[in-house]
Amino acid sequence: MRGRAHKFGDDINTDYIISGKYKFKTLDMEELARHVMEDLDPEFYHKIRPGDFIVAGWNFGCGSSREQAPLVIKHARIGAVLAKSFARIFFRNAINTGLPVVECDTDQIEAGDELEVDLARGVVENLTKGISIPIKPLPPVMLKILEDGGLIAHFQKYGGFKLEGV
Amino acid sequence: MGQTIAEKILSRAAGRQVQAGEIVVARVDQVMAQDGTAPLAIQVFRQMGGKKPFDPERVNLVIDHSAPSPTESISNLHKMMREFAWEHGCRLYDIGDGVCHQVMVESGRVGPGCVVVGADSHTCTYGALGAFATGVGSTDLAAALISGHLWFKVPETIKVVCHGPLPPGVFAKDLILYLIGRFTADGATYKAVEYTGSAIKELSMEGRFTVANMAVEMGAKVGLMEVDEKTWEWLKEHGGGEFTAFSPDPDAAYAKVVEFDLTSISPQVACPHRVDNVSPIEKVAGTKIDQAFIGTCTNGRLEDLRVAARILAGRKIHPRVRLVVAPASRKVYLQAMREGILATLVEAGAAVVTPGCGPCVGTHNGVPADGEVVVSTANRNFKGRMGNAKAEIYLASPATVAASAIAGEITDPRLFLK
Repeated sequence: MRGRAHKFGDDINTDYIISGKYKFKTLDMEELARHVMEDLDPEFYHKIRPGDFIVAGWNFGCGSSREQAPLVIKHARIGAVLAKSFARIFFRNAINTGLPVVECDTDQIEAGDELEVDLARGVVENLTKGISIPIKPLPPVMLKILEDGGLIAHFQKYGGFKLEGV
Repeated sequence: MGQTIAEKILSRAAGRQVQAGEIVVARVDQVMAQDGTAPLAIQVFRQMGGKKPFDPERVNLVIDHSAPSPTESISNLHKMMREFAWEHGCRLYDIGDGVCHQVMVESGRVGPGCVVVGADSHTCTYGALGAFATGVGSTDLAAALISGHLWFKVPETIKVVCHGPLPPGVFAKDLILYLIGRFTADGATYKAVEYTGSAIKELSMEGRFTVANMAVEMGAKVGLMEVDEKTWEWLKEHGGGEFTAFSPDPDAAYAKVVEFDLTSISPQVACPHRVDNVSPIEKVAGTKIDQAFIGTCTNGRLEDLRVAARILAGRKIHPRVRLVVAPASRKVYLQAMREGILATLVEAGAAVVTPGCGPCVGTHNGVPADGEVVVSTANRNFKGRMGNAKAEIYLASPATVAASAIAGEITDPRLFLK
């Protein structure tokens, strides 16, 4: 995955990702995606080139359990979210819905930097700065769900959970 | 080795002894989704190949976030929920029944030792009843709907010892805001919190729900409390079934133990735009407000309305202020009517709306204007939370909100409680 970094701060909550006033209106994620991060940057959706990255600080995705949050990021054509840490429910939702979430030291990334994210190798290459940033490995259970293509695909494949002892 | 409450409940639900750090696939006792999350869960349920829920008696669908529906598109999502519930015989709480977490704790179906997953982050509220209750997204919920199970990483536990008693005029909400200010918004991420100590034991069940409700505001997965006589009394009053209570072992292993002395704290206020931006009332008193809101899964219960009525009785809200009140449930609404609480609030100038989440989450029923300041009993003050990113939200106890509505500015409720 290769794209530019869009930088945000710490504690980016689910209301910022998709405002409560929109999230209940529809199941049409393409429509909801137009409002991604709107309260922080009204023009954000229009700045995204497919494959770009959201890069943030600590505790990304805190707040609501709304799965619309990772879904709108995905539908806005963001390739992955990179943060120093993620809130628990958001992290699960992202894996379940197939949005790559990358825990790494984002202090070494600035807005506009060109990045290459290599999940298999577990590294983010900051091409602009010429540095490699290691990615914290995913727990095996989550890797398994991601490998299956998300939790929906996992259930379609096994008819239930096939995770214990992973 | 000894176990924490979280480890004991998950051991029972997984059918084997587990310790923090392990992954378990555990059975769930109840599942819940509200109108912001259920339609997506139903869609995913079908995509996953779901034909019927694992046990309709254990499935709760609650229409509370936009209730009654303000738009036709939301009406269509509500219809989707109703038809799913009717087709499969699930429990449906329709408009006016109340906020999901309040109807769940009133239902008698959630109690000590239960594992509950809800597609709403404040599901951790039921930890006050000794249940391992946690918020999940719609896809996890759909998986639980089909299989009656979900995977969990057994969390490490932080023990939070709260020494009391709380001073007069200081309430459960002040206690939890104080703790969140100390822990910060990610201070307990991925962890279970066990709240204990005399300040917790002295709280009513309603106050304990307030404290458990906001565990997620410091990142926690669950906020647990030990079961005592008050818990059993609540369950008896609400028709609770058979439950098994768990206490932590004396040699349980904790990630850390933190002690707080709450005997001399002031009423607390969370300032915009972060829940952990907490100050004692003395620092923010005098901030002009435009709207006050009493309600939500945090503070819309009878005890909350009672204290607001005590302060507002015989007084009028400030002429430049609106006061919106949303009782947490139909039961709360009815009892508040019977006790004359609603009459007192309405006489003082309050606008009472249908039990539900609208004002808290910005869907309808009190969206502030640009530049306006709101003081609310809710659990979040994120920018845009109430539907307008150009407004400012302060969080406080029902007593502080009622006192502020009278004065037109953030006000120490102790001035009115003497």
